[in-house]
Amino acid sequence: MCDCCATEKDIYLPQLATVQKVRLMNDTELYVRFTMDDGQFDFIPGQFVEVSIAGIGEAPITITSSPTQTEYIELVVRRIGNVTKAIHKLRAGDKIGIRGPLGNGTYPVEEAKGQNLVFICGGIGLVPQRSFINYVLDNRDDYGDVTILLGTKCFSQRFFHSELEQWTARDDVHFLETVDEAHDCWNGNVGVVTTLIPKIETELASAKVLICGPPIMYKFVLMALQESEVPKENIYLNLERKMKCGVGKCGHCQINNYYACIDGPVFRYSDLNAAPEAI
Amino acid sequence: MSIKKISKAELTNFVDRLISTDKVIGVQAKGDRFDFAPLESAKDLRLDHDVTLQPPKKYFLPPIETLLTFEVGGGYKSKYSEKPFILIGVHPYDMIAINQIDKLYTDGYYDNHYMKRRNNATIIACDVVTASENVFASSMNAAVVKKGFDILLTDIGDAYVAEAATEKGEALLGKAKTTDADQDDLKKRQEVQKKNEETLNKHQLKCSPEYLPKLLDKAYNHPVWEEKAKTCFACGSCNQVCPTCYCFNVQDDVNWDLKTGKRQRAWDGCLLDGFTKVAGDHEFRKNRADRFRHRLYRKGKYVPSKIGGEIACVGCGRCVGACLPDIANPVKIYNRLIDDLGIE
Repeated sequence: MCDCCATEKDIYLPQLATVQKVRLMNDTELYVRFTMDDGQFDFIPGQFVEVSIAGIGEAPITITSSPTQTEYIELVVRRIGNVTKAIHKLRAGDKIGIRGPLGNGTYPVEEAKGQNLVFICGGIGLVPQRSFINYVLDNRDDYGDVTILLGTKCFSQRFFHSELEQWTARDDVHFLETVDEAHDCWNGNVGVVTTLIPKIETELASAKVLICGPPIMYKFVLMALQESEVPKENIYLNLERKMKCGVGKCGHCQINNYYACIDGPVFRYSDLNAAPEAI
Repeated sequence: MSIKKISKAELTNFVDRLISTDKVIGVQAKGDRFDFAPLESAKDLRLDHDVTLQPPKKYFLPPIETLLTFEVGGGYKSKYSEKPFILIGVHPYDMIAINQIDKLYTDGYYDNHYMKRRNNATIIACDVVTASENVFASSMNAAVVKKGFDILLTDIGDAYVAEAATEKGEALLGKAKTTDADQDDLKKRQEVQKKNEETLNKHQLKCSPEYLPKLLDKAYNHPVWEEKAKTCFACGSCNQVCPTCYCFNVQDDVNWDLKTGKRQRAWDGCLLDGFTKVAGDHEFRKNRADRFRHRLYRKGKYVPSKIGGEIACVGCGRCVGACLPDIANPVKIYNRLIDDLGIE
């Protein structure tokens, strides 16, 4: 954007969007499908939007749909704060405000071409990763082996069931899943997501490993990857923080010298050497 | 641009004429201290002040500011401040702080709300006459300022030297009765500035400010953070009075009709508990020591890396006076690190 256009634009002004569909996926996660009223929306997997509910506020939510899905944009929102509680009350046809796409640190869509990919997802960490996963699956020939590890706290919190089934059924996706707590209805793996790492069939040391999950998960996953001698350059972390303004001004999402909103939210692990607050 | 000389009596008349036509904000006495406030009469203007309670930042980044208005379930509309104003009495260190925030608020994403206010302002800066109790601007290379202002006034005893640095400043100064500053006047101005470069220094930093990022590179796990933070109230006073702090929070406010409202931003502080709290009550800088360290790293390392190396502490000394447990003084902390870690 040129300087004269930049000075005309209001970086805090949301654009109107219309909710097309909502569906509660478990006790706390709501699937939201929307379209921009002016039609324009190009993004890269890993980018997020500020969802605005007038009178309540804004919340940063990473896009879960793939850019290959051009007809609408999808979000998954956990009911946890004021704004997300208001989002959970939305119905098809309602208007929301959207700022974005935001974030300059995205998934390595181009750089990872031809390489093996390992997605490590913890709970709602599946949501941001799903954007890149589906992008890869829609451009399957461009990428090498695809391995997806998913760890969920308990059986009832799983979501995107039909998609998980499809990944399980596909020959060109290696999908491994576990739940933390045993359950009568679950005959799969039990344990935290790191217990799946030894089961990865792809050569880990040369793969691109993409991680997203609750803050505590990163430490243990990185320890396990270090044992498997995965170079830091090949590891990508999605570090979601309190991205209040989304444009690198308000200071809330700062991780040492980085702002999660403009330098991330996806970071290459090797770039975070001087950022002890990241992990 | 020109350098003029203006008598003290004419400056008073000039400011009174400005007050009659423009919105003028100037430094005034507030009890036994000073603060910026709207001027009603030029006789209230105090250009001999030591330091103001609050930095002039609030005129560009107000404590609370409406960013936009909205209709519930409907559209959003930007709201800008359009009113021009004249700001008199900005000290060099505060001017340098404004220059830094200008850069931070325009780099990458251009913040129109800040910049409209900034462009609506005509800044008449002035060199320091009285050193404040805790000023250390000399240590931070911020005792004298070269750019950012429209007019710079320097008290040379019987008169002021007035330098117009912009067209806006030139036009404004053109409305005053002035004479061209002669060599003698310029020499006196130079002496004032040279003196300030040495004496606005109640706390002496033991290294050049340029060295601070390197010093902090090896100080992350130093015990000083825990030690100082033990008595920190996490009150955010150091953030509140800082001319280079610019973090904010955003909140919606619904009107009584429950149909319309406004989205506002308000100052926030990285020392306050909850500043980094996200959904699920996870807080990334939960420990006070982490937040205490973060402020000193922002001033000495993080922000400098975004503005070309200039240190984001201008040595105004306000945080030193505002901090109840007396732990905020950046010089004391940086010097302690130098004592323990040495200078390479």
